[in-house]
Amino acid sequence: MKGKDVILQTVTKMAAYIILAFSVYLLAGGHHNPGGGFVGGLMVAAAVSLLLLAYDIRIVRTGFPFDFKTLAAVGVLIAVMTGMGSLIFGEPFLSQNIFHLHIPVFGHIELATSLLFDIGVALAVFGTAMSIIYMISEDTCAWKR
Amino acid sequence: METLMSILIGVLFTIGVYLILERKLLRIILGSAIISHATHLLIITMGGLKKGDAPLLALGKTSYADPLPQALILTAIVINFAITAFLLVLAYRAHGELGSDDMESLKDIEHE
Amino acid sequence: MNNLVVLPLLIPMLGGLITAIFRKNIIFRRLLSLLAIVLTGAASLLLAAQASRDGVQLLEMGGWPAPFGIVFVADMFSALLLVTSSLVAMACLLFAFRSIGEHRERFYFYPLFLFLIAGVNGAFLTGDLFNLFVCFEVILLASYVLLSLGGTKIQLRETIKYVVFNAVSSMLFLVAVAYLYAVFGTLNMAHLAQLVAEAGQSGFISVIAVLLLIVFSLKSALFLFFWLPGAYGAPPVAVAALFAALLTKVGVYAILRTFTLIFYHQPGLTHDLMAVLAALTMLLAGLGAVSGKDIRSILSYNVIIGVGFIIAGLAVFTLDSVIGSIYYLMHDMLMKALLFLLGGVIIIIVGHGRLQEISGLIRNHPLTGWLFFITALALTGLPPWSGFPGKVLIIRQALAGGAEHGGYFWLAGIALLSSLMVLYSLLRIFINGFWGETVLPRAMEKGSAKGLLYPCLILTLAGALLGIGAELFYPYIALAGNGLMNPDIYLQAVLGEVI
Repeated sequence: MKGKDVILQTVTKMAAYIILAFSVYLLAGGHHNPGGGFVGGLMVAAAVSLLLLAYDIRIVRTGFPFDFKTLAAVGVLIAVMTGMGSLIFGEPFLSQNIFHLHIPVFGHIELATSLLFDIGVALAVFGTAMSIIYMISEDTCAWKR
Repeated sequence: METLMSILIGVLFTIGVYLILERKLLRIILGSAIISHATHLLIITMGGLKKGDAPLLALGKTSYADPLPQALILTAIVINFAITAFLLVLAYRAHGELGSDDMESLKDIEHE
Repeated sequence: MNNLVVLPLLIPMLGGLITAIFRKNIIFRRLLSLLAIVLTGAASLLLAAQASRDGVQLLEMGGWPAPFGIVFVADMFSALLLVTSSLVAMACLLFAFRSIGEHRERFYFYPLFLFLIAGVNGAFLTGDLFNLFVCFEVILLASYVLLSLGGTKIQLRETIKYVVFNAVSSMLFLVAVAYLYAVFGTLNMAHLAQLVAEAGQSGFISVIAVLLLIVFSLKSALFLFFWLPGAYGAPPVAVAALFAALLTKVGVYAILRTFTLIFYHQPGLTHDLMAVLAALTMLLAGLGAVSGKDIRSILSYNVIIGVGFIIAGLAVFTLDSVIGSIYYLMHDMLMKALLFLLGGVIIIIVGHGRLQEISGLIRNHPLTGWLFFITALALTGLPPWSGFPGKVLIIRQALAGGAEHGGYFWLAGIALLSSLMVLYSLLRIFINGFWGETVLPRAMEKGSAKGLLYPCLILTLAGALLGIGAELFYPYIALAGNGLMNPDIYLQAVLGEVI
């Protein structure tokens, strides 16, 4: 790796949090507004890619110490399981439901089962995107050495 | 607007086909990506180009856009994202293994 | 509503995901994938029983009714193909246990295998064109990785060609889907069928139909088969057998489904075109098979001949010929898998596929030899074996039926000629490889055939049952053919009271 860029690193430290927060917003708002699991997952991947650009792959690896391919598989599993929940209740596959909650500070909240589905999708997209990036970036390091 | 889009789609298809017929692997990949973009544009043009809200009739929306082409395109984009990513990784591996990104020079590999 | 319909898609998918997550223990992954395939087969059998007893089974996903939501439809035709594909998948999986190699097992072989099965089953079940596209892509993505898994040079090259060609043909599929949506505003196959029947199949719709035919021909290697021999020659045996048995057959299924359900109003255009394509396919692939020098390439060309034959049955387009097509399709799935597995056994024993350098295997491997002989007879269509009923139905109908087109004598002639070519090309492998002086002593063999013959035996037994028990299976297959030739049954089941 070439020398560290102080400005990029400092900006990344702040920007990464903003991007991550925005991705959660996109993920959670996907039921009624533009957004959803796919964009949310890609956004997280974008944040991590930024970290990869600013820092080293080894540092990022300590921050995310899990196998991304497994993460992607878990994500798809969650999404499929959400659809299968309706099998237990004797409803058609992929039926959805909505719960209404009142939480003191946040007020009225609508929780849809499609949010669970979206979380699964987000994990899958994040895992896939990251494993592709890792596959290429790790290989390059080995190659140059 | 539809006419303009049709011309654009035609141009994109032309570029894509031209690139796919090249010998360099990277250009072939770019060509297939451009063809897929042309197809996505075609779907949304065929679904009708108009402005409008999401079709939530229960919320009293009256002018709404057809959501189905958009859903189709989103799915198609995701699939193409996966295929293009796979092709890129494959091309990268092939370049490392075969030492060339020229399809012509890959002709005479036999079963080892 | 019947949630059973989605299980043949869900079980392999769940199995694939779980094997992808827990990939430390190979024995666990093997057992789990086998369990998933067995359960899929059980669900398919149950579905076939229900479809034969109660008619077409339907699942509207999320409770959205038919033209608006996603539907999965299991009629007899789909159910029969599901059962056959589960059987083939089980044999290929058992073969893979012994032959695929630890490196591939440690990587994602089992998840990809199961995803491929999930995609195939989804394609057989789905009730709308766009999900057919999605299922095609699931199959193809899994097949891309399976094809390149291991990363030998030839695999890398063939995968690049295969992926680019498939990416472009998938885009053509989407273009056809977009045109259909522009004309009818729906992609549900039953709804499309209803609208086409009401509006009449005008020239514009026929153009879309032919575009779809081109796409499915690319996928199923009907006439546009230039990609197949290379791609099927590259991967390991168990994968090649799975591809040969299932991948092209999904394209064939799509042709059978769309051109009996939706675009059947202008047989003078579409079905005659298919007849020409099928004839050319059988001739050209027959020449390829006869002139091949490598076991892999001979077997690959045989896959293409089978596709031509099935489509010939559809092109003649009478009830009996379509029944013959379905019969031949099931037989072809079983026998092509068996053929590739047996060819693979030879290649594993000898270490290469060059026919000139193989000789006298029958002394040390009698069972392999005789199984190969039986398979060759079955694929040629000789009587007690499973190829016979399908061939006899198709050829008799080609000679008798289609009188308004002036008969299909030429098609029947070419079909018979292609059968001869199949027999010649396969017997050439048999005579060259199994007869003659035994040049390869047991100690010099490259690989052991131990345990590889059990899956071959399973498939042989299934094929023999399909052939000898033709009388037993005929009612079910006739029911499937009847469902295809009377689209109203399908429409009634999917759209309900709308008609």
